[in-house]
Amino acid sequence: MEGGPEKGRVPRQKMPEQPPLVRARNFNEVPLGYSPEMALLEAGRCLQCKKPTCMTGCPVGVKIPEFVKLIREGEFVAAARKVKETNALPAVCGRVCPQEVQCEGSCVLAKKGEPVAIGHLERFCADYERRTDQVCLPVKAAANGRKVAVVGCGPAGLTVAGDLILRGYQVTIFEALHKPGGVLVYGIPEFRLPKEIVDSEIRYLQSLGVELRPNMVVGTSLTVKELMGEMGYDAVFIGVGAGLPQFMGIHGEELCGVYSANEYLTRANLLKSYRFPRYDTPLARGRNVAVVGGGNVAMDSVRTALRLGADNAFIVYRRSIEEMPARREEVHHAQQEGVQFKLLTNPVEVIGDERGWVKALKCIRMELGEPDAKGRRKPVPVKGSWFDLPVDIVVIAIGTNANPLLTSSMQELKLNEHGYIVTDPEGRTSVPGVYAGGDIVTGSATVIQAMGAGRRAANAIHKDLGGEAGPPEACSGTLQP
Amino acid sequence: MHRMVIEAPLLAKKVQPGQFLIIMADEEGERIPISVADWDASAGTITIYFLEVGVSTMKLAQKNAGDGLYAVVGPLGRPAKLAKYGTVVMGGGCYGIGAITSIARALKEMGNRVIVITEARSKYLLYNREALRAIADEYIEATSDGSTGIKGKVQDVVQYVIYREKVDLAYFIGCTFMMMNCSNATKGKGLRTLVALNTLMLDGTGMCGVCRVNVGGQTKFACVDGPEFDGHQIDWLGVFHRKSMYLQEELLAYQYHSCRALRPTDQEGK
Ligand SMILES: Cc1cc2nc3c(=O)[nH]c(=O)nc-3n(C[C@H](O)[C@H](O)[C@H](O)COP(=O)(O)OP(=O)(O)OC[C@H]3O[C@@H](n4cnc5c(N)ncnc54)[C@H](O)[C@@H]3O)c2cc1C
Ligand SMILES: Cc1cc2nc3c(=O)[nH]c(=O)nc-3n(C[C@H](O)[C@H](O)[C@H](O)COP(=O)(O)OP(=O)(O)OC[C@H]3O[C@@H](n4cnc5c(N)ncnc54)[C@H](O)[C@@H]3O)c2cc1C
Ligand code: SF4
Ligand code: SF4
Ligand code: FES
Repeated sequence: MEGGPEKGRVPRQKMPEQPPLVRARNFNEVPLGYSPEMALLEAGRCLQCKKPTCMTGCPVGVKIPEFVKLIREGEFVAAARKVKETNALPAVCGRVCPQEVQCEGSCVLAKKGEPVAIGHLERFCADYERRTDQVCLPVKAAANGRKVAVVGCGPAGLTVAGDLILRGYQVTIFEALHKPGGVLVYGIPEFRLPKEIVDSEIRYLQSLGVELRPNMVVGTSLTVKELMGEMGYDAVFIGVGAGLPQFMGIHGEELCGVYSANEYLTRANLLKSYRFPRYDTPLARGRNVAVVGGGNVAMDSVRTALRLGADNAFIVYRRSIEEMPARREEVHHAQQEGVQFKLLTNPVEVIGDERGWVKALKCIRMELGEPDAKGRRKPVPVKGSWFDLPVDIVVIAIGTNANPLLTSSMQELKLNEHGYIVTDPEGRTSVPGVYAGGDIVTGSATVIQAMGAGRRAANAIHKDLGGEAGPPEACSGTLQP
Repeated sequence: MHRMVIEAPLLAKKVQPGQFLIIMADEEGERIPISVADWDASAGTITIYFLEVGVSTMKLAQKNAGDGLYAVVGPLGRPAKLAKYGTVVMGGGCYGIGAITSIARALKEMGNRVIVITEARSKYLLYNREALRAIADEYIEATSDGSTGIKGKVQDVVQYVIYREKVDLAYFIGCTFMMMNCSNATKGKGLRTLVALNTLMLDGTGMCGVCRVNVGGQTKFACVDGPEFDGHQIDWLGVFHRKSMYLQEELLAYQYHSCRALRPTDQEGK
């Protein structure tokens, strides 16, 4: 096969997208997915390397050449199952992984600027399997009589639940919100990750026997001690994310019209404010919206603002576009849709009117100074360069911290100086029988990293409870009706 | 004023005076905070009181005995700080008449002398009277129209009480305006004053920040740091502003849903 006639000449297949000015006003998904023909062409570009560097870039080691080969052979469902051996949520990861710094960034073809579109292919085969109703229920190990409680239903918790249910454990997920999915449902918007996909993953886990208990705030409704004590769980996994919003501490942040990104996105996504008044939760629709920050969360917020009808949606970021932590693709999408970037700009005050509403964001221009310890050039204010950006909504997306609600209810749990849970590399906390992973251990990271942590913790739980080592039989292909 | 008894055995076992729940009437509903007024751990029930002011409380009011609620979360918030203070004067208005009941009882059980004042526009709007009368060492009613008790408001009666005798703590729950006025009434005497704020809320777990208030120059989240705060330290103007954020939307939603309620067969595509 090496060096077939077409090899290298087929360009990377671009995924079709809704046209920018259309999509900027609706909440439907932006990239439309590959057709089977495009998937075949794209899969054909993979060199099937003997030493696939792409795999080293994937935090969970998806068997990339193998699943791509299956796509090339037209075995789309088999390809999806191959991915699922190491990644339980391919339809999600194919959409939201920062592939450019992970798998695709490590593909040998990346050097020439056109890596194999691994994420698109992953999404394609997972969507194909789901849409054609070929998702299989794998064979579960016989019940082993052990009970595990999972706290938090984000990617980390979902992974633990999925891994352990297959190994014969009885698994219950306790989730504080009324809907499961974590950031996947309350944070990442519909136009980037349709909720139908998350719902179908949850249904899949439920059909395997995972019990879901929404509206349970562990730390107040229940404590970990009670879970391990009278409720009889043999182990508890904590995957509660890092959901405490940071504010800037500048004057005027309490004004009406100032949102944390968590609030803004939760209203829009989880509570479906964009369908107000049919859904009861309101969200202010500004004509001019400023979003402060430069990460994925900021991009999601600003693109949501556009879709809610803003005439002008600004990103206010204190460094330049190169330093933005958001994925390239998201920045690019935002630009196409008409988001205006106020770079090298730092807010210093939110100015209000007499009714207590935001009227403007006072900013100062910045320039990049000397590189700091991490090599990032530090922004410094340009003297006297203040200006007012007239806006009626300000969304603050400058990051989150660890939420102390659960951890403060467990004095014996070791935390680091920022309040994150300290674990060993396999997810064991300082309390025997209690494991943790995802954003509550690492701070805000990525979906796939949270899933990787979940998998390691599931393995550790299995090992510590005396189970056989080795990965679960994820999707053996053996169908159960 | 509506009274609702919710079957929630786990919650009834856990709840402490001063805590609240987040309730969603149905899947499209808002998540609204509601104080726990009373509970019965052995029966596994929780009692709440609410006033129909907008869509969410309207939806709650439309429920019949035996109906389910889409979501009930809790207990949330810090429990009331209970201790032996000495003499405590408590004021309740609106849903706060219900909300102070369990706190009053707990304070009484700890050996405090408890004076309870309740207010309403008119006599027929007062409720929970027997329970409060039984708990309090002194129970005073105030009505705006003078139809029973003293003609006036809690803020007026409080001034009289603290003039009359030495009081060690004041505690108020009711609408924001009432809590502010009462806090102002105790400020001159430097009487330690606690109120339970009713800010806007969403998750109730510290995740969104909508409930933030400025207390003594610091930003606090009412759902996890409160709802109980020092009434003399609160930036009341800020609280009023933030509460008014969705006035227009609330009105629109109320009209929309009242109309829909009249046409129950209306099938709008989901
Ligand atoms: C807007 C936004 C966009 C993002 N975009 C991307 C992206 O494009 N790509 C990417 O890879 N990553 C992205 N991320 C990051 C990624 O979503 C997170 O790293 C990941 O979701 C972390 O997973 P987790 O399981 O640790 O926690 P979460 O997803 O945060 O889930 C934690 C869950 O625990 C629940 N919980 C919290 N406290 C309690 C409690 N006391 N009791 C019970 N339940 C509790 C929460 O309600 C939540 O459901 C984004 C994040 C945000 C906010
Ligand atoms: C910790 C906490 C505990 C609470 N406990 C209770 C409780 O036990 N019982 C209860 O009824 N409410 C309680 N509230 C207030 C309650 O959450 C709101 O009344 C509710 O969100 C109203 O929702 P809605 O959709 O019906 O009205 P909305 O449409 O949200 O509001 C309609 C209008 O009524 C105004 N309004 C809101 N609340 C009140 C009020 N209490 N009195 C007068 N006007 C008001 C609003 O400002 C708005 O203009 C509590 C709030 C908090 C934060
Ligand atoms: S899980 Fe993410 S990083 Fe791994 S192969 Fe898939 S898209 Fe790439
Ligand atoms: S490195 Fe790139 S070309 Fe090589 S196997 Fe992986 S995806 Fe294919
Ligand atoms: S209600 Fe969301 S942080 Fe308090």
